Amino acid sequence: MTRWIAYGRRIVGMMAGLAMLGATSVAVADEVRVLNWKGWGTDEAWAVAEFEKQTGTKVVHDYITSFPETFTKLRTNPGYYDIVVLNAAFVEKAAREGLIQAVDPAMVANSADLYPDMRDTPQLNFDGKVWGIAWVWGGTSVTYDTEVFKTPPTSLDVLWDPAHADRVCWRDNAEDSVRFAALALGQNPDQPEDLDAIREKLRALKPQVKAFWKSGDEWLKLVAAKECDLSIVWTNNTEAAAVQDNLPVSFIVAKQGAVAFRDGLAMPTNPPNAKGAYAFMNYLISKEFYAGWVKIGGAPVSANSKAVEELPDSSLTRQVLTQPDAIKRLNFKGPLSDEERQTYLDLWQETKAYFAE
Amino acid sequence: MAREKRRWVAYGLTVPSYLWLAVTVFLPLIVMLYFSFLSKMPFGTAEPVLTLKHYKSFLDRDFYHFLTWRSVKLGFHVTFFCLIIGFPAAYILARKVHGRWREAILLLIVLPFWSNTLIRIFAWTMVLRTNGLVDQMVHAIIPGAPSVGILYSYPAIVIGLVHSFIPYMILTCYISLQAIEDSMIEAGRVLGASSLSIFWRIILPLSLPGVVVGVVLIFVPVVGAFMEPRILGGRQSIMLGTVIEDQFTEVFNWPLGAALSFILLAIVMAIFAACYPLLRNRMKLT
Repeated sequence: MTRWIAYGRRIVGMMAGLAMLGATSVAVADEVRVLNWKGWGTDEAWAVAEFEKQTGTKVVHDYITSFPETFTKLRTNPGYYDIVVLNAAFVEKAAREGLIQAVDPAMVANSADLYPDMRDTPQLNFDGKVWGIAWVWGGTSVTYDTEVFKTPPTSLDVLWDPAHADRVCWRDNAEDSVRFAALALGQNPDQPEDLDAIREKLRALKPQVKAFWKSGDEWLKLVAAKECDLSIVWTNNTEAAAVQDNLPVSFIVAKQGAVAFRDGLAMPTNPPNAKGAYAFMNYLISKEFYAGWVKIGGAPVSANSKAVEELPDSSLTRQVLTQPDAIKRLNFKGPLSDEERQTYLDLWQETKAYFAE
Repeated sequence: MAREKRRWVAYGLTVPSYLWLAVTVFLPLIVMLYFSFLSKMPFGTAEPVLTLKHYKSFLDRDFYHFLTWRSVKLGFHVTFFCLIIGFPAAYILARKVHGRWREAILLLIVLPFWSNTLIRIFAWTMVLRTNGLVDQMVHAIIPGAPSVGILYSYPAIVIGLVHSFIPYMILTCYISLQAIEDSMIEAGRVLGASSLSIFWRIILPLSLPGVVVGVVLIFVPVVGAFMEPRILGGRQSIMLGTVIEDQFTEVFNWPLGAALSFILLAIVMAIFAACYPLLRNRMKLT
C-alpha cells in the first residue's frame, strides 16, 4: 500500500510538473518569482515597472486563492519561487515544514524603519532566526452604507438587527464567519470554546443575509448595486470602494472587536534568485512603494513607520483603523490547524444548507 | 486480404482518438477515484492511509443528503424548462422555417456559446436584480407595481442555467427532427391521422434520441453546477457542487471533494439507469 501512496505522490508531482510547464516561459536570466494573492500590492503594474527600471529585474507572479493553496504550491514547486507573501500566523508552520528558509534582515536596508513590534513579533522570529520581513497589516470588519446610517453603528449586533433584514452581504468564508460569531458572543475568536453557540449565532443570520461574496470584486458589485446596508469585508476594500469608486461606504471597529491580519514577506527554501528577492523585499517595504499604493486607494497599513506617514489624514484607514483605541480591539489572527479549518468549513456549510431550507 | 488490410488501417486511424479519450477522460477520473480513498493528500510530510471515511461522512451528515436532493432537483427543473422551451423551438426551426432564415436563427442560438459563461451569468445579475432591467421595464409599464427583482433566489439560478444550457437541447432536438422524412408525415395524413396523433405517434418517437441526448447533456453538468448558483443564488446559493468546490479550494481536502463527486456521479447514473427501461419501451413503439 505504501507503494500505492508513493505512486499517488508521484502523480501529484507529475501534475504539478505539468502545471509548471504551463507556467514557466523561457527562463529569464534576472527575474523574481512572487507567490501572492492577486491584486495585493506586489503586482501593481507601476510598482513592477519601477522596480524593473531601478534594478533591471523582472517580477513574475503566481497567484493563490486560499491559504491552503499557498502551502500546496510551495510543496509542489520546491525551488521555484523567490518570495511568498504569508500571513504571519502561518510562517511558523511553513518553516517547520521546511517550505521557507530564514532571511537575513541585513540584506533589507529598509527593515530598520519597521515598527519594532511588527518586526520583532514572535510569529516571524523564532529559533533565534528571522523567518519573514513584516510588510503590511489590515482588518476585516463591518462596513456600512453611509446613506443608510447617519451615525455609524458601534456594535456587531447591528448585523443581527431585524431592521437590516435581507440587507447584509456576508463574506462566504468559514473562518471569518466563525471568528465574527465568536466576537459577537464574547468568545475568543482564535480558540472559540463553544462551537454550538457559534453555530446557533450564525443560523440566526438567516433572515439577515442578502448575498454571499467570495472575491473583492464580487463584493464591490454588490455594493455598487446597493444590495447591502452592511457587509463583512476587508477594510482596505472599503477604502478602495470609497476612494476609487465614490461609493457611500465606511467601516467601523465594533465595540466587540474586529479581525486583523499581518502579512510578512518570506523566502521559499532554495530560491533561484535570493539576491533579487531581497532587493524586491526592500522595495516593497519602502516608503516610496507604499506612497504609490496609498495614492491609488485601498492599501492596507504598512509595517514601516516612515511609510505610514504617507497615509493621508482623510483616509478611512487613518481615521478608523489605526486609532489607538481601535487597534486595542483588533484580534490579530492566530494560526489555524488543518483540522480546525475543516471543522469550521463543515459547520459553515451546514449553516448555509440551513439558510437554503 | 485487402479487406483485412483496410480493417487495420481503420484501427490505425482510430487508435489516436481512443487513446486521447482514454488519457483525458479516464486517467484523471481514476486518479480522483484513488484520491477519494486516501485519508489526506500525499503532500509534504503527510502519511496518508487508505480509508472509506469520506464516503462514510456523506452518510453521516444530514445536510449532505439535503444538498444532494437540492442539486438533483435543480437538475430536474433546469432540464424540464430546457425541454419545454427548447423542443418547440427546435420543432419550428426544423419543420417550419426554411432557407436563409433557418441558418440565421441557428446562428443566434449558438451565439451565446461564443461568450464566456461567467460574463453571461454576471449579465443576468444586472437583468434580474431589484432596479435591474426587468424591474425597470415592469415599473415603466405599471407605475407603483411591487418590486420584481428575483436575483439571489432559487428561480434566478434556474433562469441562468436554462439560458446557459438551452442551446444543447435545441441543437440535439433539431438534428433528430429535421432528419424525419416528410413522407412519413404525409403517410400519416393520408391514413387520416390528426395533427396531434402525428405528433404523438410519429414526430415525438422519432425525435426521442435527440431529446434523450439533450437531457443527458444538460442534466449531468447542472447537477454538479457551482458557479451559477454561487453568483445568482444569494442565500439559496449552496448546492452539492459548491460544497465540492470548497473542499478543493478552501481546505484542499481533495479526498473528500473527490468522494462527494463520485457519490454524485453514482446518483446521476442510477437515475439514468432507472429511466432506461422506460425509454427503451418508448423507443420500441417506433
